[in-house]
Amino acid sequence: MSMKLGIDIGSTTVKLVAVKDGKIVYQRYERHFSKVREKACELLRGAEHVLHDERLKAAITGSAGLGVAKASSIDFVQEVFATRRAVGVHVPKADVVIELGGEDAKIIFLTGQLEERMNGSCAGGTGAFIDQMAVLLDVSPADLDLLSLESSKIYTIASRCGVFAKSDVQPLMNDGARREDIAASIFQAVVNQTLTGLAQGREIKGDVLFLGGPLYFFKGLQKRFQETLRLDNRHAHFPALAPYAIAAGAAEYAGDTPAEYSYDDLLDRLEKAAGEPVISQYLEPLFTSHEEFREFTRRHDRHDVMTENVTVYSGDAYLGIDCGSTTTKIVLVGAKNQILYHHYQPNKGNPVDVIREQLVQIYRLCGSRVRIVASAVTGYGEALIQNAFGIDFGLVETVAHFYAARHFNPDVDFIIDIGGQDIKCFKIRNNCIDNIFLNEACSSGCGSFIETFARSMGYSIEEFCRLGLLSETPIDLGSRCTVFMNSSVKQAQKDGASIDMISAGLSVSVVKNALYKVIRANSPDDLGRQIVVQGGTFLNNAILRSFEKEIGREVTRPAISGLMGAYGAALHARDNRPEQTRLIRPEELADFTHTSKSVRCGLCSNHCDLTVNTFSGGRRFLSGNRCERPLGGGEAGRLPNLYAWKLDYLKSIASAPREGAAPLGRIGIPFGLNLYELLPFWKSFLEALGFEVVVSDVSTHTLYQHGQHSIPSDTVCYPAKLMHGHIENLFEKGITRIFYPCMTYNLDEGRGDNCYNCPVVAYYPELLQANVARLTEIDFMMPYFELSDHKEFIRQAVRFFHGRFPQLHRKDIAAAAETGYTALQRYYEAVRSEGRKAIAYADENGLELAVIVGRPYHIDPEINHGIDKMISSYGMVIVTEDAVCELAERPEVHVLNQWTYHSRMYSAANYVVGKENAQLIQLVSFGCGIDAITTDEIRAIVEGGGKIYTQLKIDEINNLGAAKIRIRSMLAAVEEGRKLGK
Amino acid sequence: MESKQNYAVFTEEMRKDYTILVPNMLPIQFGLMIQIMANYGYKMELLTTEGRSIVEQGLKNVHNDTCYPALLAIGQLMDAVESGKYDTHKIALIMSQTGGGCRASNYIHLLRKALIKNGYDYIPVISLNFSGLEAGTGLTFTPQMLIQVAYGILLGDMIMLLHNQCRPYEIVPGSSRKAVDVCMKVISRRFSGNRLILYGEVRKLYDFILRAFGKVRLDRSTEKKKVGIVGEIYVKFSPLGNNHLEDFLIAEGCEPVLSGLLDFCLYCLYNAVVDHRLYGRSGKAAAANQMMYRFVLGKQKDMIKAIRKHGHFRPPMPFEEVRSLSHEIIGEGVKMGEGWLLPAEMVELIHEDVPNIVCAQPFGCLPNHIAGKGMVRKIREHYPEANIVSVDYDPGASKINQENRIKLMISAAQ
Repeated sequence: MSMKLGIDIGSTTVKLVAVKDGKIVYQRYERHFSKVREKACELLRGAEHVLHDERLKAAITGSAGLGVAKASSIDFVQEVFATRRAVGVHVPKADVVIELGGEDAKIIFLTGQLEERMNGSCAGGTGAFIDQMAVLLDVSPADLDLLSLESSKIYTIASRCGVFAKSDVQPLMNDGARREDIAASIFQAVVNQTLTGLAQGREIKGDVLFLGGPLYFFKGLQKRFQETLRLDNRHAHFPALAPYAIAAGAAEYAGDTPAEYSYDDLLDRLEKAAGEPVISQYLEPLFTSHEEFREFTRRHDRHDVMTENVTVYSGDAYLGIDCGSTTTKIVLVGAKNQILYHHYQPNKGNPVDVIREQLVQIYRLCGSRVRIVASAVTGYGEALIQNAFGIDFGLVETVAHFYAARHFNPDVDFIIDIGGQDIKCFKIRNNCIDNIFLNEACSSGCGSFIETFARSMGYSIEEFCRLGLLSETPIDLGSRCTVFMNSSVKQAQKDGASIDMISAGLSVSVVKNALYKVIRANSPDDLGRQIVVQGGTFLNNAILRSFEKEIGREVTRPAISGLMGAYGAALHARDNRPEQTRLIRPEELADFTHTSKSVRCGLCSNHCDLTVNTFSGGRRFLSGNRCERPLGGGEAGRLPNLYAWKLDYLKSIASAPREGAAPLGRIGIPFGLNLYELLPFWKSFLEALGFEVVVSDVSTHTLYQHGQHSIPSDTVCYPAKLMHGHIENLFEKGITRIFYPCMTYNLDEGRGDNCYNCPVVAYYPELLQANVARLTEIDFMMPYFELSDHKEFIRQAVRFFHGRFPQLHRKDIAAAAETGYTALQRYYEAVRSEGRKAIAYADENGLELAVIVGRPYHIDPEINHGIDKMISSYGMVIVTEDAVCELAERPEVHVLNQWTYHSRMYSAANYVVGKENAQLIQLVSFGCGIDAITTDEIRAIVEGGGKIYTQLKIDEINNLGAAKIRIRSMLAAVEEGRKLGK
Repeated sequence: MESKQNYAVFTEEMRKDYTILVPNMLPIQFGLMIQIMANYGYKMELLTTEGRSIVEQGLKNVHNDTCYPALLAIGQLMDAVESGKYDTHKIALIMSQTGGGCRASNYIHLLRKALIKNGYDYIPVISLNFSGLEAGTGLTFTPQMLIQVAYGILLGDMIMLLHNQCRPYEIVPGSSRKAVDVCMKVISRRFSGNRLILYGEVRKLYDFILRAFGKVRLDRSTEKKKVGIVGEIYVKFSPLGNNHLEDFLIAEGCEPVLSGLLDFCLYCLYNAVVDHRLYGRSGKAAAANQMMYRFVLGKQKDMIKAIRKHGHFRPPMPFEEVRSLSHEIIGEGVKMGEGWLLPAEMVELIHEDVPNIVCAQPFGCLPNHIAGKGMVRKIREHYPEANIVSVDYDPGASKINQENRIKLMISAAQ
């Protein structure tokens, strides 16, 4: 009998398993560092002693195995199939198999209807994701696992893709959350991702088999899966063979194939395949000659900054700190703006320690010759550091970068900064920040992506980039978010691309991302003529070169490209020198301590996870709060906030008890999507018909999780996903009849050319009915209704309700409809009158008015994550699009204005243009395709009126950090604009 | 009710010497339609360009979150405009506009924005729609013209259908493609000459097409796995949009099965009828559409009859049957994007013994959240044999990922 051989070539590793007489006689597992073919040969040679005298049957499997299989004409088996073959033979029998690999996640349902699911294009990697997170926390993956076992709480980390999760982890780290808790939260995110992305409506129960490397090595991940799926030890199987199961399955598959090989023959085939690079799309090389490269470096060396050694200098000095998302930058500047000292260091999850060490060092070097007379801090960790060390000023990073850039090029009109996590760029007009682009959650992490990537392939970042510079044939990796790039790289590796080609290709991709995704530039003139580039990522010559090539223009890269934020902060400190600095003194530094603990705020329904930082000397700093209430004293001076007001109004309607008996019994309404706005209508209407209306609770993350298992489309917007939770919530209340109408058309307010709802809002009931199994067991009413024309609605309602409840006659229904319309009208009028009051308040008190434009359901606190409270905390009065759209003319738009909710936003934008103290902030749910159209149009209206356009993208994740930067930059720009205007 | 015109309009005089560039979706059907439009004095050219530069143009010119079909269609047009091949003062562009609640109705505006951004604000863009949008500008369809176009679609669909049934089995590679070329050439020649095409001629052409494909020598000794393709209309049909999905399936040893363009047109027509019934919207439009709907159904019946009579090929399912199949899955009120047609087509395939289905859509397609991915579970509940894979397409998604998912579906195919 021949020996069966399975080779599993995954995204990060190669596994080889040999089976004889039904037993595994050899197994090996190694990382391939993108040298896919070579590693496969190497593993095979390593097994020579076992294989040499055998007749071999072989099959290749795995996400990167297809190319090798083709080139070597060895049988290929799809990996999910290979997994199935292993189950029951080499690993225990199970009802469900969950398998996580380097970048793949799969679920196979074996009992009931056989179904196999792999992660789609949006679900980020899993094993690779954990590695990336470990790098972020600066621990080995194994230590990450150990840390997670000591956790005491779980934070919410985005479960869709790695990039989002990263932007959740970063603020937690910067705010000093316990690493143990972060580690466990990362694993929980992987679990959630697997369950939402893949289970898609099917429940995971019975015996569950967990396969793949990550699920074998990480006990913490096992624990999270077990707890989340509520599996006891009898039903959760973590076999010792987990990392090899697919290779073993491929070996089983090989047993059924006709081809037989000798060891030498097989090795020969693989070796030949190894020498066959096939690549389709190349880009131009970054440099065509060494001369060109030399000229390039010469040109950029010019933009240097004067330095003077701190040990020689004597006099006043200014300290600038940039506490960024991944790195901490410090500079000390002398009286002539010369840099006396600078430092750049990854903050390893704890910026406080890094800065403390640095301050000790700086004080030592300064001695008594140098006096630090002012200090400023900027960046993600600004507030924390300011409190910890008594820094004089905190300024928003965009402003800090502008100050620094102005120093190098007084005529600068465009600044682009690509950091580890974020891309920021802004235009300068009239010496003030005019327009800010920040990367949306989905393309962030570009700089650190390259770094992580380099490390995962075993290169230092410098070496990795140097290789790219000289590549003759960079490969085209596309220009979407990094998760997509991951799979493009995977494909390139499959095709045999070498490191230098990948490195150069990645540089080009990062640049294209910045240009076409963040800035969405059309031509170099769109950016500006005097461009300053900065941020740690631009220190990389390959990126700088790609950027210049892509925009076809030479740019300025200050030699201190990575230190610009800190330098700008120092310059700000110099310009605003206080009489006496509050900076921590050397003697206080000696016994500086920092402890942090997490608590849950109970002051409002947001229940924020707070991190309480305590420093020596009794200084305290609270982070994680979405409003000022936990800081004390915020309550008294609460400003008018229509988001909060509308929610309260609707909540009171939802909970208002029905008067008198309800002959038709109880009926549930899910409180989400368009039912937010229409609640007053439907509740009154149904009550008038004789129902007792039960409204589901206001959304929470727990509510979301309860419905998560039945979401079929991973990429639909979060407000829609929440509906599944609302339905479950109604079930929990014992409801057996639910009313949720389909509405192609919204109310016609005469502001557009048509009055559609978006497809998701219009037909979500259909989706729920098809995916929430229990809805078929109850009376789920989802009639098609339209409310614009009262008579027509009554006709539709009679047809629907009279058919089901013959005791309801036309006149009852008509009367109920009138009650509904009256309630809705009352609500609209209340919103408008409250809006007018708020505007008057802002005008009388000289406050800024924030016009938040979005959808009615954006007032849901689980959807907006408390953004309204955050904005309010900066002293702005908040009104909504529906409160002000009546106050302005309908503007002329250059698109088809055909959705009711969106028409309101256009009018609201027009209102902002005409109102001096009003600023527009648009909330956009991630995945909203229609807002891809409205955002451009609203931007055009607002900017055409000389105002600043601010957009905040919101999703399941709660990332107030980025939102804060935008709001503060916007306010800083408004302020500066006013200053200059005077 | 459209906001004020601030764009170049295609005028009557321009018909004389302007070429109207048409983005590609279905080379066969579009090719015939263009031929028919020539009879009405419109000179049109179907773009057959391919390649990365189209995607690049799209990325540069439209919002990144806009869906992939818009990005490709606009990219293809802008690529042509900038190619240097055309006198930009003698071309117009055409873009479809459904007028539905999906954002696709806005593509034309995105195209205009792209033109303005690049300094081509003088190039007129014609809206191809049947809902009265931008009335009086450029292209107006008379009922007679609509009927003529319908003939083109009927013939085109038939050619595509037979081509798909022959190609996987052809003994001489390329011989079924040759049959397509022969049919296209003959039909184009017969259609030319600024004249009306009579239905009698169309019927004769049915037989001609059947004979042409009947001559293709096939090896049917091994039955191939049939794989249905449904989805968002552009990505379903356009090789540019779906990374040459049909070719891939054939290379994997499968026979691709697609319903024609006619079904989508009938679906659109019927929606006005539903709108009237559900919401009391215009009775006049409903009646007119109902009439056209009936008329085309009748013609489809003739085509089916002809295929049956010939006996070699599988005819499509009559559309009324397809429509009725949707009822057990989804409400007829779902009319944005492909709406109820999408689940209907999946069920149709299952009834036609093609339970293996690729549901293709652009990444983040709004209506497909509901009618595509959203209905898969329910369809499986009704038809446990259904083997459906949902694949997303966008400019960044890697081909290997898509192919892996499709392969997985194929390997589970019965």
